[in-house]
Amino acid sequence: MKELDELLQQAQASITQAADLKSLDAVRVLYLGKKGLLTESLKNLGQLPPEERPLAGQKVNAIKVTIQELIDQKNNVLKEADVANQLASESIDVTLPGRREHFGALHPITKTRQRLEALFTQMGFTTVDGPEIEDDHHNFTALNVPALHPARAMQDTFYFGDGSLLRTQMSPVQIRVMEQTKPPFRIIAMGRVYRRDFDLTHTPMFHQMEGLMIDENVSFSDLKGILINFLQAFFEAPVPIRFRPSYFPFTEPSAEVDIGCLSCESKGCRICKNTGWLEVLGCGMVHPNVFNAVGIDSEKYTGWAFGIGIDRLTMLRYGITDLRSLFENDLRFLRQF
Amino acid sequence: MKLSESWLRQWVNPNLTQTELCDTLAMAGLEVDGLTPAAELFSGVVIGQVKTINKHPDAERLQICEVDVGASAPVTIVCGAKNVKTGMKVPVALPKSRLPNNITIEASKVRGVQSNGMLCSSAELGLPSDAEGLYEFLADAPIGNDVWDYLQLDDTVFDIAITPNRGDCLSVLGMASEIAALTDNVLTIPTFSSVSAVDNEILPIVVDAEEECPSYVGRIIRAVNVKAATPVWLSECLRRSGIRSINPVVDVMNYVMLELGQPMHAFNLSSITGGVEVRFAKQNEMITLLNDREVQLDPKILVIADQAKPLAIAGVMGGLDSSVNQDTTDVFLESAYFKPTTVAYSCRHYNLASDSAYRFERGVDPMLGRIAIDRASQLLMDIVGGKPGSVIEKISSRFLPQPLVIELRAARLQKILGCTILDADVENSLQSLGLKCESKAGGWLVTVPARRSDITLEIDLIEEVVRLYGYNNLPITHQTGMLQINPDLECKTPLNRIRIAMCDQGYQEVVSYSFVEKKLQTLLNPEQPTKELVNPITADMSVMRTNLWPGLINVLLYNQNRQQNRVQIFETGLRFVSQDNALLQEAVLSGLVCGSVYKEQWGMPSRPFDFFDVKGDLQNLLSLTGNEGNFLFKPAKHAALHPGQTANIYLGDHCIGIVGALHPSIIQSLKIDNKVFVFEISLDVFEAGLIPKCNSLSKFPEIRRDIAILINESVPFHLIQDTIRNTAGEWLNQVDIFDVYQGKGVPAGQKSIALALTLQHSSRTLVDEEVVSLMDRVIVALKETFNAELRG
Repeated sequence: MKELDELLQQAQASITQAADLKSLDAVRVLYLGKKGLLTESLKNLGQLPPEERPLAGQKVNAIKVTIQELIDQKNNVLKEADVANQLASESIDVTLPGRREHFGALHPITKTRQRLEALFTQMGFTTVDGPEIEDDHHNFTALNVPALHPARAMQDTFYFGDGSLLRTQMSPVQIRVMEQTKPPFRIIAMGRVYRRDFDLTHTPMFHQMEGLMIDENVSFSDLKGILINFLQAFFEAPVPIRFRPSYFPFTEPSAEVDIGCLSCESKGCRICKNTGWLEVLGCGMVHPNVFNAVGIDSEKYTGWAFGIGIDRLTMLRYGITDLRSLFENDLRFLRQF
Repeated sequence: MKLSESWLRQWVNPNLTQTELCDTLAMAGLEVDGLTPAAELFSGVVIGQVKTINKHPDAERLQICEVDVGASAPVTIVCGAKNVKTGMKVPVALPKSRLPNNITIEASKVRGVQSNGMLCSSAELGLPSDAEGLYEFLADAPIGNDVWDYLQLDDTVFDIAITPNRGDCLSVLGMASEIAALTDNVLTIPTFSSVSAVDNEILPIVVDAEEECPSYVGRIIRAVNVKAATPVWLSECLRRSGIRSINPVVDVMNYVMLELGQPMHAFNLSSITGGVEVRFAKQNEMITLLNDREVQLDPKILVIADQAKPLAIAGVMGGLDSSVNQDTTDVFLESAYFKPTTVAYSCRHYNLASDSAYRFERGVDPMLGRIAIDRASQLLMDIVGGKPGSVIEKISSRFLPQPLVIELRAARLQKILGCTILDADVENSLQSLGLKCESKAGGWLVTVPARRSDITLEIDLIEEVVRLYGYNNLPITHQTGMLQINPDLECKTPLNRIRIAMCDQGYQEVVSYSFVEKKLQTLLNPEQPTKELVNPITADMSVMRTNLWPGLINVLLYNQNRQQNRVQIFETGLRFVSQDNALLQEAVLSGLVCGSVYKEQWGMPSRPFDFFDVKGDLQNLLSLTGNEGNFLFKPAKHAALHPGQTANIYLGDHCIGIVGALHPSIIQSLKIDNKVFVFEISLDVFEAGLIPKCNSLSKFPEIRRDIAILINESVPFHLIQDTIRNTAGEWLNQVDIFDVYQGKGVPAGQKSIALALTLQHSSRTLVDEEVVSLMDRVIVALKETFNAELRG
């Protein structure tokens, strides 16, 4: 019996000493294995006098259970340490930048175009498109600007040898739609337009959006409503808006629309030339001569049209101060959008 | 048009501040674009008369002047001006006076001589003038008077943006009438007494072109003194309107034009042979114009001529030979009405512009001819004297614009505006503008005077009513309309989706000009002829792009010059190409990459872009159509691209795009630092993609078999793929290429390709024998078709 107690003590010592799972397993085999010391002890029970056997058997079994428990405990400790070691060795610097293929960005003009399109398609407008090299009829004559009309001097036009020209406005697209389909119309057209002008505030190519609505009951007051709605939605602010009489050959009455200067909140600054107002668009009721040119009954139908400079809107929206930067395509500039 | 505020206020003086007046004009469609002081502020400058001039003892170019400035004793001033002479009246800046540009004048010694002030030139007073030397006052200028006050420089010049329809506003009379209507004020029209003829001399006038010139009023004035000086008040009006003073006769013509809106012309009578004819020019007649330009006339140009030669292009510009100069003694005045399009034609034809033509093109009041000639006669009598002959009037009432009667319907007014305006308001508005209103059932009959040539339709009257009513007084209403869904084709990939896909693949969108330099365009697309602008703004924007690469290359160069060496960009837009004599304007997407494939970062090795990076991006993009499998990349040649790294992209038989490496010789000639890959695809292919049609998935296991083959390097991959597909049949799910190798162990001209075939049966598990036999058939087919060998 005394031997058994010593055996337990030795086993306890060995378990304590086991530094890793492998040596712990060796301890298990030594004591609890098929040929282990305790197994031997059980076999040796037969050599004891019969009256001592039950007690000795109980004792051996108790020691066996104790050793197994000790091994299990130690096993858990060693496994946890192993995991901890692995985790420690696998730690990384999570503050380093991620591995990535950088996104590109849309050109700011495209961003504005997408916003404009989204605002108007909400109201059931359809986007239409047309050629950039146009003929005189669609760009001028059908728009109530006959040859020798002084309004032609308002827009210095690029011409080709065959008499065709680069469209100076998006209106020819409207003419094409009106020629080809029947009212009612709710359309917008966006794209590149061209005028022979190149200085601090003009580029020979720029972008315009024009909108057109024609139906049996469309009025100038409705035009005011939709444009106020649109401009305030675009700038996401209740900007003050005013309508000023103006002249465009293809609309009458015609108006220019000003918004309260965004940079000085209408107090007057260099950007608004101390007027507190910024001109942003031109609009008006479609001129009866335009209806006549495309064969629409101007007594039955009325309509409004407006045109707005996308580049200027983009500059106002994003605080761009130099128009020309929109076409220089400096990647450092473009990445900001 | 530039007009002085004080001049305007002499005609109508509403009780409004300058700002209020400008606002009122702006809100009536006559925007004041600029406000400029009549002069930059100066003070302490008086009118003085030079009494004596003595040479400066120590300076050859300086003179010592004794100047009477109205004080008890004359002041001594040292002066270097060449035109100084005894008796002349000049501006004198006395000590402590302040001149523009913050200059203060003090008494000082000039080369040892005390100088108590400065005699001033126009420039020193901040008054723009061509004249050199001292500013000279007329003899009647009061000595000692303050110059600022004498010239009435407390004034502002309005630069008014007058829209092309409002020719009637291009004068003090026109603007003042408009202001009177807008502010409910009375117009003070100065009284013009007509000048009676001293003799009955008339010049014979023949108008051959009555339609183009329905009114021609003329008058001879003999014995004028052209050497007389133009009064300050008149030359100051001209200066403030931006018109140079020439001589008193021409100055009066310009003054009357500014005042009344009637362009006038004065001919040197002695240069006129016989009488005056208004006719179309004869073929090849020549005239030298006032601007020294000699032009060849043709029968579409209306001219004023005498019996021998053309004297002027009607309404546009006079001839040099018949112009009034210092030696002129007798003049012939013209005050005519020319048809706007006739004048416009001459201007466009010769690219001429003049204040006169500007007004005729926009419509001059046809009734003004006589009034203007009376006004001019009166002014000339006052300034240059002379003996006026009778006024000659050739009027063709058949062609002269007459007052129009236009019906304005109240219902139409309401329909256009979307609100009701009180009848009284309508009538008041129109009447204040000088339009006569007569009520009738449902509206009015409105008589429009001929000076308002812009009002010809009912809509023009509606505009006038609402302009005076105030746009901002109209209600703000919201349109109601039928709710209807617009068609939205699913098979069409929206352009916005395509752009975002490109951005998400790392491309930056750019926008470049549609016109480019011809040389660069030809270099990048030599086989395509370019469409050239007649009037390009610069040589590097002279032809329409035939592909988008010139713009992209320019962006690359611009950024490369700014140390941005990694460029990955795209643009969408039209290219302009000719095909079978027709010009096509085709929407395309183009791109360019150059530099390293990833932005420099610690976690990925750096390598330059190659062909397959770009091709992969395009394949991704084409997959948006749902039809990627039908696009084929085939080896191709393009003059601007590397012959061994270029592919055309086909959809069926139709070539829809191209991708390739920029030709090394172009890279070199453009001084680009790295390899460049470019592409361009037609956006048409995104118009009609495929809508997904779903197949059910097999529940049975997939089997993968890999083979490596040696095959001739010229065999395109899609043919290998097709052969395998055709042989393997419907069990084949997919065939992928996972390695391509050339080099050691592979014979020259061959390539080793490793392929993975994924096989699956739709309704059962494939057994090994049938897979082996299928693979054998594939290998045999590759052998038979391409002479390909299985690699060990």
